[in-house]
Amino acid sequence: MTTTTSRVNPNVSDATARAAAKAANENQPVTFGKALNTALADALTAEQSVVIFGEDVGTLGGVFRITDGLTARFGSERCFDTPLAESGIVGMAIGMAMNGMRPVIEMQFDAFAYPAFEQIASHVAKMRNRTQGRLPLPMVIRIPYAGGVGGVEHHCDSSEAYYAHTPGLKVFTPATVADAYLMLREAIDSEDPVVFFEPKKLYWSKEQVNLEELAQQYESGKAARTEGKARIARAGSDATLITYGPSVSTCMQAAKVAAEEGISLEVIDIRTIVPFDDESMAASVRKTGRAIVVAEAQGFASVASEIVARVQERCFHSLAAPVLRVTGFDIPFPAPTLEKYNLPSVERILDTVDQLQWEA
Amino acid sequence: MSTDAHADRMTEVSDKFGITPEDYMLPARHMINLLDPDGTLRPQDKQGTEPGHEYPLPSPARLMEAYSALVTGRRVNDQNSALVRQGRMAVYPSSHGQEACQVAAALCLEEGDWLFPTYRDTVAVLTKGVAPMEVMTSFRGEWHCGYDPKAYNCAPMATPLTTQLLHAVGVAHAAKLRGENTVVVAMCGDGATSEGDFHEALNFAAVFNLPVIFFVQNNKYAISVPFSQQSAAPSLAHKAVGYGMAGERVDGNDLMALMSVMTRAVRLAREGNGPLLVEAHTYRMQAHTNADDDKRYREDSEVAEWKAKDPVIRIQSYLDDAGLLTEQAAADISQKAEAVAKTLRDGMNQDADTDPLELFEHVYSSKTPQMAEQQALLADELAREEA
Ligand SMILES: Cc1ncc(C[n+]2csc(CCOP(=O)(O)OP(=O)(O)O)c2C)c(N)n1
Ligand SMILES: [Mg+2]
Repeated sequence: MTTTTSRVNPNVSDATARAAAKAANENQPVTFGKALNTALADALTAEQSVVIFGEDVGTLGGVFRITDGLTARFGSERCFDTPLAESGIVGMAIGMAMNGMRPVIEMQFDAFAYPAFEQIASHVAKMRNRTQGRLPLPMVIRIPYAGGVGGVEHHCDSSEAYYAHTPGLKVFTPATVADAYLMLREAIDSEDPVVFFEPKKLYWSKEQVNLEELAQQYESGKAARTEGKARIARAGSDATLITYGPSVSTCMQAAKVAAEEGISLEVIDIRTIVPFDDESMAASVRKTGRAIVVAEAQGFASVASEIVARVQERCFHSLAAPVLRVTGFDIPFPAPTLEKYNLPSVERILDTVDQLQWEA
Repeated sequence: MSTDAHADRMTEVSDKFGITPEDYMLPARHMINLLDPDGTLRPQDKQGTEPGHEYPLPSPARLMEAYSALVTGRRVNDQNSALVRQGRMAVYPSSHGQEACQVAAALCLEEGDWLFPTYRDTVAVLTKGVAPMEVMTSFRGEWHCGYDPKAYNCAPMATPLTTQLLHAVGVAHAAKLRGENTVVVAMCGDGATSEGDFHEALNFAAVFNLPVIFFVQNNKYAISVPFSQQSAAPSLAHKAVGYGMAGERVDGNDLMALMSVMTRAVRLAREGNGPLLVEAHTYRMQAHTNADDDKRYREDSEVAEWKAKDPVIRIQSYLDDAGLLTEQAAADISQKAEAVAKTLRDGMNQDADTDPLELFEHVYSSKTPQMAEQQALLADELAREEA
């Protein structure tokens, strides 16, 4: 093995790669997955200490192809496969972050991150604190999560609450193509460890986004920060749907249908569960006076529960109705043929809107 | 790296010793033991060495340096146990009886090398150069580890068993990617080898061919559970071959043997021959911690048997006989140890000066708005308490 000295593989010039990306961009919409892939490539280019590893992320490019082409372009020391061991992947990343690197690691699926939980909860989250800030761990743990893709058992968990509950971790989950790019860049540049949840049903979703332009904005510091900044995905005045990740698109559809029925729903995409943007959320609810929290994860002791509590604490006097939730049921994530009964649906969201004590 | 490449590497290193790759990876038939309990140097054919498993003897100067650290280590163990009894320290897992292992684990390293200790390894951390009061910070009930790991190249003492072995692998991996020749010693106990991270760390280190020495102190107990209930392997050192690395077995109460084996291991690792697993046979002379009652699970007679194999007395007898331990040298060494003990007594007799508000300062690089609110709440409570 030799040590990489140049920032990029000399065999592929950066200009060539960017030109190709630009040409592709101008002609067709980009997928969420491609935005993530581009963010990884741009981070590898921008910062020599970034390394990517995990299961099948090298030659194959990951089971979802999010690391596609990175080993070929940047070399096998910057993006490589590890033995099959999630605790090992996270544990090794901790040591590398202790020693000057910025590891970006992939857990193959949500439920397969559980073997690494001890490393995450006991060390990723606590090393900075334990060392009074002397050993920060700038690292990103990417986790494809949630359902909606007909996945079998162990492949569809919404496990964000475990991590959000653990002080020391930041928890990001993008819902748009542009956010996929920007939030991943921010996560990689963060001095704190970030658990980065990628709604796997969005991997193939497309939007007209110019990644080249977005990259320039990000790198010149002109792109608005996403960390701790909720996004108003749709403005409205009658009630607020507070949501994140895979449920944002469902809420957008619900808002569209509601609008046809004369109800104006505001949709807030909270983007980063930790740190949490209380202000944007409270401002919206104070304005509308009604709120529903929508999330795919089972509702008991969930992120949705936390949001309801926070809205209630801050907006009690503005509320015209109890804050309600539409979440997954408190059951293990069901088999592919039955997942539609569990997932928050447009119908269930609209039924819940009807329960918001509207004056006759 | 392909499987063939790993095999080639093993062949290359075993060729250097004129033995087969299997004989290189398997520990020698007997554990390496240079000194008898009474301090006499064993005849060469009784040292446990065999062709390809030969170890350089430490120089007299190095042995004296190690002996001095050993005497300090013993003094610190006993001082800390006393401080716990006096209520000046919250808890202390003493390594009384294991000090030779601890000293060797730290002294085999060179400038720039890293040590990954456990809660049991106070003496190794001290020997690595961390200031006495800094080492003892967490045991006195503080919320942080007390020292700057990067200033000493010494990780915080790890409590969740074997989790730190993977961090050691990561530190070595990062160094290797940057072309630095850093060696890492990663420590754990016999019971800890049953944990999953032990397996993952050894496998990762071998697959990525990293210069990590996994140093297991087999002190025969994991709290109350005897070694026989941890593993059915012929020895822990034998586990190495399953990962494609070399395993070594050494008498953990024999400072000379430990220095020899560990120094060789560090050299091999630094030369690019991959990780090694070293199992040191020793004994935990005291209870697991001050809070444990070892009478519930072991016989006094067993402890007495091991007292006769004490590591301090053994090397002391050897150095005495070799004429190295002059009266002056002995006095200097003891004075050094007493000075450390006094530092600890004086330090522990002062109440720790902790600010509860600092609990919010280092969770993230900057406080979340929610934490800032909580900190303000606590600050307000504290102010009212004072008023
Ligand atoms: C993951 C984990 N499980 C359990 C414990 C509780 N515990 C602390 S020390 C210990 C025994 C460890 O024995 P061994 O590895 O032989 O080390 P020794 O204490 O003998 O030095 C146990 C069970 C722990 N610290 N971490
Ligand atoms: Mg033990």
